[in-house]
Amino acid sequence: MAKVLVVTSGKGGVGKTTSTAALGAALAQAGEKVVVIDFDVGLRNLDLVMGAERRVVFDLINVVQGVAKLQQALIRDKRLENLWLLPASQTRDKDALTDEGVGRVIAELRTKFDWILCDSPAGIERGAMLAMRYADEAVIVTNPEVSSVRDSDRIIGMLDSKTVKAEKGERVTKHILITRFDPARAARGEMLSIDDILEILATPLLGIIPESQDVLRASNVGSPVTLNNVASAPARAYTDAVRRLMGETVDMVVPTERRGFMNRLLGRRAA
Amino acid sequence: MSMNLLRLFSGRKATAPVARERLQILLAHERGLRGQPDLLATLREEILAVVSRHIQLDPDKVTVKLDRGPAVSTLEVDIEVPNNFEKTKAHAERRAGAA
Repeated sequence: MAKVLVVTSGKGGVGKTTSTAALGAALAQAGEKVVVIDFDVGLRNLDLVMGAERRVVFDLINVVQGVAKLQQALIRDKRLENLWLLPASQTRDKDALTDEGVGRVIAELRTKFDWILCDSPAGIERGAMLAMRYADEAVIVTNPEVSSVRDSDRIIGMLDSKTVKAEKGERVTKHILITRFDPARAARGEMLSIDDILEILATPLLGIIPESQDVLRASNVGSPVTLNNVASAPARAYTDAVRRLMGETVDMVVPTERRGFMNRLLGRRAA
Repeated sequence: MSMNLLRLFSGRKATAPVARERLQILLAHERGLRGQPDLLATLREEILAVVSRHIQLDPDKVTVKLDRGPAVSTLEVDIEVPNNFEKTKAHAERRAGAA
């Protein structure tokens, strides 16, 4: 049965789009049929992070308004044949999205895909509300930083009250994904620890993505980090997170950069 | 233990416990407000409605503030009325009577 998963956070810049692309690609690599949807109308970026920015013809709003058919707007990934992208509109106003229209598109996607990943815009306005509206599950992307944790708490409150599931008296399954984590700084007491964040948010942990240069490297070339460098620390962390999403039990470890012999000798960080 | 040792050598104070405590206090408060209609906005509206029955007011000149203290909190209601409010009141009554 298809699952609708929203990737959300409240706060901007914490890694929603990076995580949507990485999780989507890792699910597709595991053999699932996946579509990632960009809900950030007017500020779309999932196409760019996925390397499909030059292939966008129609978008979510065109489909919602009936200008284009779903099949015309879906972009198939060039690397993974079971990964698809539904881009946001770059020119239209976010008010062009309607609750009913989004519901229709999601219902149609449910018949065609195993996973529907909704990349939420930042904030708590219309776009963010509609991205979470039809979700079965939610990944709340959180940085180990006070403003991000506060906003995550607010978003958790909305997932528990403003979604279709919540209105039916059911629950959206929520997961915390901690990104940009630096184990050394946390050990020195300079950064909120994983336990601090989980205790405050009282929500189960899906994964810990370490701060890494590989994330920028992957977005530079338009490739989800799980595809660009499978062996990198963030890619391994996202892949573990996806195995947990699929119901596997995987030990929670923070993957670290593998340092080459020369780098270790010279005391340099792995490049 | 290892954290304390590291801190001893680095000479820096751990700031994460401060972050944690601030968040716990803030979120306990914010979660309490969640789901309820905004108390201050409701108070402001109702106070404005009551006073407006007797004095003509500029709605923007009514402020309601809540200051939370450790033992008690204070609710501060600040209403700016025009100097000739007796007349504006009579005027308002006349208007009401005429209607």
